Amino acid sequence: MKLFKICLTLILTFIFISSATVMAGTLDDVKAKGYIQAGVNGDLFGFGKPDEKGEWKGLDVDTARAVAAAVFGDASKVKFTPLTAKTRFTALQSGEIDVLTRNCTQTLSRDTALGLDFCQVNYYDGQGFLIHKKLGVKSAKELDGASVCVLPGTTTEQNVADFFRANGMKMNPVVIENTAELAKAFFAGRCDCLTSDASQLAGTRAVAPNPGDYIILPEVISKEPLAPAVRHGDNQWKDIVNYSVLAMINAEELGITSKNVDEKLKSTDPKVKRFLGVSPGNGKALGLDEKFAYNIVKQLGNYGEVFERNVGTDTPLMIERGLNALWTNGGLLYSAPFK
Amino acid sequence: MDNVSSEKTSFFRDPDKLALFYQFVVMVGVGLLAFYLVSNTLANLERQSIATGLGFIDKEASFEIGESLIPYSAADSYGKALLVGVLNTLIVSFIGIVLTVILGTILGVARLSSNWLVSRLSAVYIEVFQDIPVLLQLFFWYAFFYEMLPSPRQALNPFTGLFLCNRGMIFGVPKWHSAHGYMIVAFLVACVIVFFLKRWAKKRQEATGNIFPVFRVALLLFLGLPLAAWLLGGAPTEMNAPRLSGFNFKGGVSVSPEFAALLLGLVLYTAAFVAEVVRAGIQAVSKGQTEAALSIGLKPGQVLNLVILPQSLRVIIPPLTSQMLNLTKNSSLAVAIGYPDFVSVAGTTINQTGQAIEGVAMIMIVYLFFSLSTSAFMNWYNKKIKLVER
Repeated sequence: MKLFKICLTLILTFIFISSATVMAGTLDDVKAKGYIQAGVNGDLFGFGKPDEKGEWKGLDVDTARAVAAAVFGDASKVKFTPLTAKTRFTALQSGEIDVLTRNCTQTLSRDTALGLDFCQVNYYDGQGFLIHKKLGVKSAKELDGASVCVLPGTTTEQNVADFFRANGMKMNPVVIENTAELAKAFFAGRCDCLTSDASQLAGTRAVAPNPGDYIILPEVISKEPLAPAVRHGDNQWKDIVNYSVLAMINAEELGITSKNVDEKLKSTDPKVKRFLGVSPGNGKALGLDEKFAYNIVKQLGNYGEVFERNVGTDTPLMIERGLNALWTNGGLLYSAPFK
Repeated sequence: MDNVSSEKTSFFRDPDKLALFYQFVVMVGVGLLAFYLVSNTLANLERQSIATGLGFIDKEASFEIGESLIPYSAADSYGKALLVGVLNTLIVSFIGIVLTVILGTILGVARLSSNWLVSRLSAVYIEVFQDIPVLLQLFFWYAFFYEMLPSPRQALNPFTGLFLCNRGMIFGVPKWHSAHGYMIVAFLVACVIVFFLKRWAKKRQEATGNIFPVFRVALLLFLGLPLAAWLLGGAPTEMNAPRLSGFNFKGGVSVSPEFAALLLGLVLYTAAFVAEVVRAGIQAVSKGQTEAALSIGLKPGQVLNLVILPQSLRVIIPPLTSQMLNLTKNSSLAVAIGYPDFVSVAGTTINQTGQAIEGVAMIMIVYLFFSLSTSAFMNWYNKKIKLVER
């Protein structure tokens, strides 16, 4: 067994040679090179995709920018690497990127076996089904025997198999690696339904020939907490990414937006003063500038602003806040106190 | 000069010893490099706390696979899922190779035809299919199948028992009956008879010069014996016919659009190369051979079978082997059009378990095994057909 393992590793070692040099503190590395290298989707509208001018847009993209704003005081000091579902973890492990903000679902096995740590969730998603209206299906429980289009390399394949097994139904998966090819096959009728995270279904429906012909079934068959990830063992860097996301949520809780943040600097509320760094302490604790939270909110806005700008009801995705509302509004967003 | 050779040559002037020395140095160098790479990787994996080992093989796979030659469900292990992938790759490669050799040979012979139209058509085919990347051809055929064919509820039904729709080609198969078992036995018996018949016919020809029509008799046996078995078994005609139920057809055998597109794309692409190989092989046999064979009274069929082919095969086999290997390796493009081949299943496994090194190494080992087996078989065949000098 040992010999076999050595043989296996020998074959692929060259991939990992580069990883030998990157283990020092990520914060120091990033400061030395002057920018953050972030892994993003590259092909997912609303989360990570360049617009027609070539400018990166999306919720995950803005999350990476928030980290840059916290570290450098400048949200533009970040470079993006588009990654597929298959390559994303290897890119992080090998040190090619500093932070992975690519709609990744946090799971126990990924957290433990892949040498990475998940940070604060930046989007609560769930897997659903997109289906053509003319099939007359009203519930996912009526899908026995259906052909299901599914992307490989995600938890999606497993979730859908679990759902069909749990309900004693049969399915026939069609697994195509490329998102665009998969959507084409689905729109042409190769599959009865398409399954993916609800946010992605909304994105796919937005580019359908006739978006009105498709409905998303009510069942949400999985929990998908999408979270940024960093390499395992670098606690300082993990804290920074964590509190960059929490800063956006906390700003919304405190009613601070990119528009009123300068006024709020004069606030007498001790919570606001601590949050914006008027009363110092938080920045030093993280190894950052005291104004890190101010910079994030000033340059990117609070979570609500980021959400509405990228995926909200005024965008083609038309996603409601739902689980991603503040806890005070019935959602799951709840920031740790900044003190 | 005599005294020079008797003197003891210095170590650095003796070419034999020097060669050995250099080889030793290179070997040590390669060994050290290998040791460094392996230990470095293991240390890095350890430090990043990435799991290693093949323990995941026995765990529940918990994902479904679209088509499988053996019964498989999400409750089976990763090991079985990978086996399903291997078999899917094997079946598409095997059928692909057989069809490619047939189509390639026809095209190659047609390319040399004295009929202008036939040879031009063949040339155009070869140029077109050789020059378009195979991945594009696969996308084209896949899109062709799912765009052109209707949904299951409007399936085309050219004749009873056959349905064509974007879920695939579904056709009825005879329902299993004991007579079918007899037919298989009858076919095997026919094989044995033909084997001995061939030996007997060859002996008789060498002894008396009389030629026995082996081919016609063999054909008669291969068709006749199973037919007789079927009649004796009660001539069962009951079919396991497909019928529409829910989203898809139940019953019968179905060929998915993914399989069909992959097979078609690979065969049409590789056949263009095989055609050129066959043409080169035939042109390598000089025209004098044909003329000489005709002049001693052989019929045209015999000229081809006994004189031209045995010689051209020697030229054809090595590059043909390489084309077979290409087809097998290209079948890994399946993941682009949704056919669950080995690479596709292994990819899902890697992603669910996170064990990329083991997974990719397995992919490499499996393809290496396929390729080496194909090569070994073709080398054996090549040796068998080489010119026997008497």
